[in-house]
Amino acid sequence: MKPYELTIAQAMEKMATGELTAVELTESCLGRIEEVDKKLRAFIRIDSEGALNQALRADKKRSEGRGGSLCGIPLSVKDLLCTKNLKTTCGSKVLENYIPPYDATVVEKIKKEDGVILGKVAMDEFAMGSTSETCVFGIPQNPYRKGHIAGGSSGGSAVSVASLECLGSLGSDTGGSVRQPASLCGVVGMKPTYGRVSRYGLTAFASSLDQVGPLSRDVTDCAILMNVVSGYDGKDSTSVQKSTPDFTLSLKKGLDGIRVGIPDEYFDRGLDQEVEQVVQNGIEVLREGGAEIVTISLPHTEYCVAVYYIIASSEASSNLARYDGALYGYRDLQADSLIDMYKQTRSKGFGAEVKRRILIGTYALSSGYYDAYYKKASQVRTLILGDYKEAFEKCDILVSPVTPTPAWRIGEKSADPLAMYLSDILTISANLAGIPGMSVPGGFTRDGLPVGIQLQGNHFREEKLIQTAFHLEQEINLGKVELDI
Amino acid sequence: MKITQKELQHVAHLARLTLSDEELVAMRGQLDNILSYIDKLGELDTSGIKPTTHVFSVNNAFREDKVTESLPRDKSLANAPQHNGESFQVPKII
Repeated sequence: MKPYELTIAQAMEKMATGELTAVELTESCLGRIEEVDKKLRAFIRIDSEGALNQALRADKKRSEGRGGSLCGIPLSVKDLLCTKNLKTTCGSKVLENYIPPYDATVVEKIKKEDGVILGKVAMDEFAMGSTSETCVFGIPQNPYRKGHIAGGSSGGSAVSVASLECLGSLGSDTGGSVRQPASLCGVVGMKPTYGRVSRYGLTAFASSLDQVGPLSRDVTDCAILMNVVSGYDGKDSTSVQKSTPDFTLSLKKGLDGIRVGIPDEYFDRGLDQEVEQVVQNGIEVLREGGAEIVTISLPHTEYCVAVYYIIASSEASSNLARYDGALYGYRDLQADSLIDMYKQTRSKGFGAEVKRRILIGTYALSSGYYDAYYKKASQVRTLILGDYKEAFEKCDILVSPVTPTPAWRIGEKSADPLAMYLSDILTISANLAGIPGMSVPGGFTRDGLPVGIQLQGNHFREEKLIQTAFHLEQEINLGKVELDI
Repeated sequence: MKITQKELQHVAHLARLTLSDEELVAMRGQLDNILSYIDKLGELDTSGIKPTTHVFSVNNAFREDKVTESLPRDKSLANAPQHNGESFQVPKII
């Protein structure tokens, strides 16, 4: 077994016994990146020198008995989380040369625990997309099938973990951007409860929905990463003052007393048959494991895409106003008046999808349309929250597909934004309600494409998700499907 | 179409974007599609329902009014497209 094939838990053990050093592990991952990333394009930026220095420091700290909980573990970070002195572009021309003078809180936490940051990974421009195709620095490829999407917007994160380039990754999830690529690339992804993880230093897309979350090779590693990134942060005004449990304690709890709700509306027409089979198999595994299975209704599911694209776009139109060319980022230097500088900078700096969402948001918030769009959507959001509230009186977690289909071909939906938006229908509601959601590998299609199972829980019930996901991971036989690299 | 060309140009101006003729046509078609889909929300009677703008009720998050270290000037200016070593430079405003 090569070092880069290890999970975080396995690598920590080997390093603790002295069988492996952080430098060896980091070199192994950098070698793997060198070997496969030209084809996969997960990484936008590789920081070999920085990574090796961090690894050296980690080895030293471990030898002194001062190593943190990720001591020497090589990770990748989505390119919208600020990394001090390391370019952070959000996959956009606007931030092509932006070098943050500070670390995002989650990055600081990784560093504090002596994790090793290998580099920054690809994403849809400003996290707006479901495929990572709008990244201006190259499109990541699904490691299980050439020419297929990695999913998005945290596509680079999912690919880097699935293709064994790193042991884990930090992504962000505004409408499914951690769970969906995790599902399509066959890794574990968690969107924590809104407010559980600090958003400080996470480039804002839709502030009432954005949440940082880990992607990992297995559920144990997900729990380890959740332990590190969670917690109140005074620098994020929406951070919730809640103590962080030890998520690894939930792993081996079994299913005793867990009530599993199956949301009827998530199995509607349009759901791919093979995806449905994988999820039904997962439900059987839970039933056999002793969980009580109940059918649940989330009647406003069909409205969530409309609500999401108003709210997310409205918030984005406001958040992205800061990219005006004045203080940092790209500026069109030909402009000779201030307003012209704003307009030319933004028109040349943003890609089509970002412009589209800024326009939808500006329209929805503009005088005369506010009530019909933004207010209406915010009211329906209340109804969606109500659906969940009722559901969680009857069950502890909800089990469903993550996406209606497996990964599709690159380019297949790029010409039809609405079709693309509709593919997010099963992940969006969790963000609107602020609840935690998770994707755990459930199986493969006959063609060898990964299919994930989605778990959703009530606010701050991530432990239940980890508990259930661990059981699924132990009991589902995924078979052996080779990467297509 | 739900949105006229003039309206779209107005919205683009509000968002400080300039759209080429080609973009204007494509964007208008796509926006029309999306806004028509969004009309679905009209099926729901939401009278009397309180809007949710934030999942948890947010109050002002105060911190102690204490002086802490701030970013030094050179670091603040480091990412500026144009500066003179002391301040950010932009095209003439007045």
